[in-house]
Amino acid sequence: MTTVRISDDAVALACGADDVATAFVAAGASVERVSSWGMHWLEPLVEIDGIGFGPASAADVEAILAGSSDKRIGPIAEHPFIVRQQRLTFARAGKTRPLSLDDYVATGGWAGLTRARSLAPQVLIEEVTGSGLRGRGGAGFPAGIKWQTVANAAGARKYVVCNADEGDSGTFADRMLMEGDPFQLIEGMAIAAHAVGAGRGYIYVRSEYPHAIAKLNTAIKLATVQIAPFEIEVRVGAGAYVCGEETSLLNSIEGKRGEVRAKPPLPAIEGLFGCPTVVNNVLTFAAIPHILIEGGAALYDSHGVARSKGTMPVQLAGNIRHGGLYETAFGITLNELVHDIGGGTASGRPVKAVQVGGPLGAYIHPGRFDIPFDYEAYTVADALIGHGGIVVFDDSADMGHMARFAMQFCAAESCGKCTPCRIGSVRGVELIDRIRGQGSAAPDAVSRLPQMHNAAKQAPTREAELQLLEDLCETMKFGSLCALGGFTPYPVLSALKHWPEDFA
Amino acid sequence: MNREAQLEAIFGAFRGTEGPLLPILHEVQHTFGCVDPAAEATIAHELNLSRAEVHGVVSFYHDFSATSDPRPCIELCRAEACQARGVEALVPAAEQAAGTRVKLKTVYCLGLCSVGPAARVGERVHARLDSAALIKLVHSV
Repeated sequence: MTTVRISDDAVALACGADDVATAFVAAGASVERVSSWGMHWLEPLVEIDGIGFGPASAADVEAILAGSSDKRIGPIAEHPFIVRQQRLTFARAGKTRPLSLDDYVATGGWAGLTRARSLAPQVLIEEVTGSGLRGRGGAGFPAGIKWQTVANAAGARKYVVCNADEGDSGTFADRMLMEGDPFQLIEGMAIAAHAVGAGRGYIYVRSEYPHAIAKLNTAIKLATVQIAPFEIEVRVGAGAYVCGEETSLLNSIEGKRGEVRAKPPLPAIEGLFGCPTVVNNVLTFAAIPHILIEGGAALYDSHGVARSKGTMPVQLAGNIRHGGLYETAFGITLNELVHDIGGGTASGRPVKAVQVGGPLGAYIHPGRFDIPFDYEAYTVADALIGHGGIVVFDDSADMGHMARFAMQFCAAESCGKCTPCRIGSVRGVELIDRIRGQGSAAPDAVSRLPQMHNAAKQAPTREAELQLLEDLCETMKFGSLCALGGFTPYPVLSALKHWPEDFA
Repeated sequence: MNREAQLEAIFGAFRGTEGPLLPILHEVQHTFGCVDPAAEATIAHELNLSRAEVHGVVSFYHDFSATSDPRPCIELCRAEACQARGVEALVPAAEQAAGTRVKLKTVYCLGLCSVGPAARVGERVHARLDSAALIKLVHSV
């Protein structure tokens, strides 16, 4: 009997993979549901003996089985999109059944944990530090140093918390990993627990990811014995973007409003329920098992550039022809990612801008597509890598509207704790509306009263409004408690700088 | 089972859980379609919190609502990646098709950013929506 492999990743499901699978079963084939290769423009992707067919629909089933389908893309593992990648974190993508412990063990699963548990925690932490692994959530803080802080902190209980509140638009690597290779995340957390002496862990997943939640819950049950005495529980978010910020995430697990906490104290010292807590992103934990196998740390460190070591699962999204997951060493340029690998826009129109790093990332002009993918190079260019999402826009995009949207999003999602974010974002929307000629700042009746000596007597000039917007952005950038208010100026100011004509 | 017994069953499932408020609120929202003031009071009593504390949490998160809405709901992603793929152009016709019968709710990101515009109905996700597909989805719920 022919064995057909079809992904059960949410992207494949959303594109109709279940219907395709049902049709194959009806045609007498045996269907295996595996993780996604990450070539999303080809989903649902069907694999028979290593040969891929996609995007497949139920109507293609007969031709695929007969060998006459025009959806044939050849051997998947030799596809240019796959061959050019350096997959470490996503080494199993497309190859294993997500909830099969046999598949996991056959592909090197638990080797990292077994070796980690044979090491003294201090040695283990030094290996993680030596690998150069930096937090993949956005801030890029060295993982080993964070672990060391937790290990050194005094506390009766310690926690390991996985931040799986992947709210950034244009990012889906966490989701793919949780749905496609949940044991790897669990193993990474168990290694962290051994390193810092934690007994309990939480995975905080956003409620928009029902498939990931279901997979994780099953995987945790299946892996109970392997990770014991360490225990993991999934906590489901409730639709607040700001809960992706680590301190508001901790508040949310504690059952409080997802308000940001002032730092210090760092979560590593006083985190969940006041105890020392490791908070890392899904991709950070998922990189750990690979680093902990014999020679893994040195191999990881050999990838990448300067202080950005290892690989980054880049997510190609938005208006891009070949969207999906592209894991590669740091140092790659946007030109390569957007044009060579992504194939330009899906609409076929010229690229106008890309936003890197989610809703709080800068819009980058095609003239600057040569900057290397590297934390420090992006900081110098007033941009951020964030979680590695790249959203492509074609020339129909209105960047003035996108700048307004950034402020509007910040206003909708602000936790309300600090003033620059809570009020600045609302004022930002109003200000951008005025600059774009919608709404007026003409002085009202009270401002015109003779005793209002200091009130403006005429509407401010456009130059004055633009200056005000820059001042507002500066206040938000340096005065906000967390990255939501602090980084919203990036998309706003970058749009204003590179596409001033869209603000007319 | 009456309301009190249902709430008691939910509380019972989370006794011993650290920080049980959010899981309880999810269950209450799922069971009753909302977390109304009466439920807030009962939860506050159970967890030895003030009603204000519980209300503060309920009103903070987008997933919880004070009144139930029996209409079928389509969650349409309107974040940047779906905007780049043209979701905004689909909205007017979809709103018209939805009318007052279907709730068309805006969400920011379903993690399907490479195959947008995307929408979610309960546990089912839909991608590569064009105007016709979205209107068909609206009529199908």
